[in-house]
Amino acid sequence: MITGFLALYIFMLAAFTGYEIISRVPVILHTPLMSGSNFVHGIVLVGAMIALGHAHSTIEIVIGVIAVLLAAGNVAGAYVVTERMLEMFKTSKPAAPQSAEKKP
Amino acid sequence: MTLPTWMPALADAIYFLAAVSFIWGIKRMSSPRTARHGILWAGGGMAAAILVTFFLPGMHHLLAIVVSVVVGGGLSWWVGRRVKMTAMPQMVALFNGMGGGAAAAIGAVELIKFNAALKLLTAPSRLVPDTSPIQPEAWATHAAQAIRTAVHLSPVELTLAFLGILIGAISFTGSLIAFAKLQGWMDKRYIYPLQRWVNLAIFIAAVVCGILALIAAIEGQPFAWGLLIAFFALTLIFGIAMTLPIGGADMPVVISMYNACTGLAVACDGFALQNEAMIIAGMVVGAAGTLLTQLMAKAMNRSLANVLFSNFGGGGGAAQQEIAGALKPIDANDAAVMMAYAERVAIVPGYGMAVAQAQHKVWEFAKLLIERGVKVKFAIHPVAGRMPGHMNVLLAEAGVPYDLIEDMDDINPEFPNIDVALVIGANDVVNPVARTDKNSPIYGMPILDVAKAKNVIVIKRGRGKGFAGIENALFYADNTRMLYGDGQAAAGELVAGLKTLDA
Repeated sequence: MITGFLALYIFMLAAFTGYEIISRVPVILHTPLMSGSNFVHGIVLVGAMIALGHAHSTIEIVIGVIAVLLAAGNVAGAYVVTERMLEMFKTSKPAAPQSAEKKP
Repeated sequence: MTLPTWMPALADAIYFLAAVSFIWGIKRMSSPRTARHGILWAGGGMAAAILVTFFLPGMHHLLAIVVSVVVGGGLSWWVGRRVKMTAMPQMVALFNGMGGGAAAAIGAVELIKFNAALKLLTAPSRLVPDTSPIQPEAWATHAAQAIRTAVHLSPVELTLAFLGILIGAISFTGSLIAFAKLQGWMDKRYIYPLQRWVNLAIFIAAVVCGILALIAAIEGQPFAWGLLIAFFALTLIFGIAMTLPIGGADMPVVISMYNACTGLAVACDGFALQNEAMIIAGMVVGAAGTLLTQLMAKAMNRSLANVLFSNFGGGGGAAQQEIAGALKPIDANDAAVMMAYAERVAIVPGYGMAVAQAQHKVWEFAKLLIERGVKVKFAIHPVAGRMPGHMNVLLAEAGVPYDLIEDMDDINPEFPNIDVALVIGANDVVNPVARTDKNSPIYGMPILDVAKAKNVIVIKRGRGKGFAGIENALFYADNTRMLYGDGQAAAGELVAGLKTLDA
């Protein structure tokens, strides 16, 4: 069980980690990064599955199914969108040396 | 289904690795060279975490889970694949809202389970036959403990479940409104007198309902359903009410904030469910999202409070300065010639170019100029497009190498040396009144110093105003020429103009 101060420590450390790892991100990556973190909180799907998996009454099952549907939408959609955005950065590489010659 | 006894341990290990992969993935995503690997890392961790969840002990309704995952995930995947690059920002809003809704729903399920367990607790005597050798009271304490462990909800966790609902529900409806606004389904901003106070009242009412229901739950009373439903409804309404008055130009900041909110809600739920991967992933996104929100607000020269609580371009304050001069049109051929014989050309794209899908034509034009020996740069304002970095993505899509793309701070000192600045579909981000007119709503916003270039050509559809609804002094400047037309058509004419020059 994670309780009391142990939880606080995890919260605190995770918060600092999140803050530090993106502190030097260039503007060019703001939108893909927002989309990427949008994907990461798609882990909510695991929670939704656990909630539905342990549901007993009908109302729990109904809300649980809604949770899983929404969470699965979050995780799949965010992945595709992020992947498509980041794919763009690959195509610019072969073209870069060609234009570098033209640079002063 | 019987599962091997080491299964929970394996699940814990995989959740741990997933948490590592998320942090590593986000870290990689914050540099252009490693960004693509970042999403793959995070994706791998996510897939493993989802898969192992199916094999957790005590999972029921597996069929319902599989069907929901396939339907929800499949639909999103399909939409995400097909949507145009220009529509990415609203997609982020939509998917984020879904995550927030899921977080709120999880909180709701946990509360209902807790309530069901309480009912069993409050009526232990019926379950224990009088002949039982154990004292009923002792049995009750024992049962209480057993059920509490079973549902994992101590007062702290109950509080966090409520918090998860509150934040998740606000993020859910707020993001959906943001999506609708960016999608163009809700063009208007809905403003009425005392709006801020009404919103505050809704929020306080929601929190009060939540706290009352929470206290009742902690004291072990069965739920007052009216209170809970009111709590839910009020939080959902608050998300809508809070987002309605915010203008489209500020939406990126708002979406980023809701993204951070969903992260926090997920962390709260993770705590209520005792799932470490959710706690860590949610908290990391919560913190990273908060920082990202601040960075975006900074790029627009606005504080977060300003975005949320003041109505941008609301028309208050003194009258704006009159702009003198006239609009001077130019023909596409002349414009092409002007740039063909220039030494340095800066192309300043804005969202209008993306809407017209002109980025490919513009890049074709730029390539022809480069072949002629013209030094071409793309000047990008931090909030060009609909989000910071959005324009970079759109240009990258067209194949523009990113060493030709310059950020505002790098290119601004160079503008006096630039022969021709070609502004295409950008408006507010090149408006000099942001520097000169204190009464302008965009006063103080950092802009590209296009006006300082020797010549300026503005490709524009018509004489309309920009997103912020402000007249642009640049268009009236002596060194500015207007090239009227749809972005793509105009860029095509420029290309044709260059080609006839060589023919």
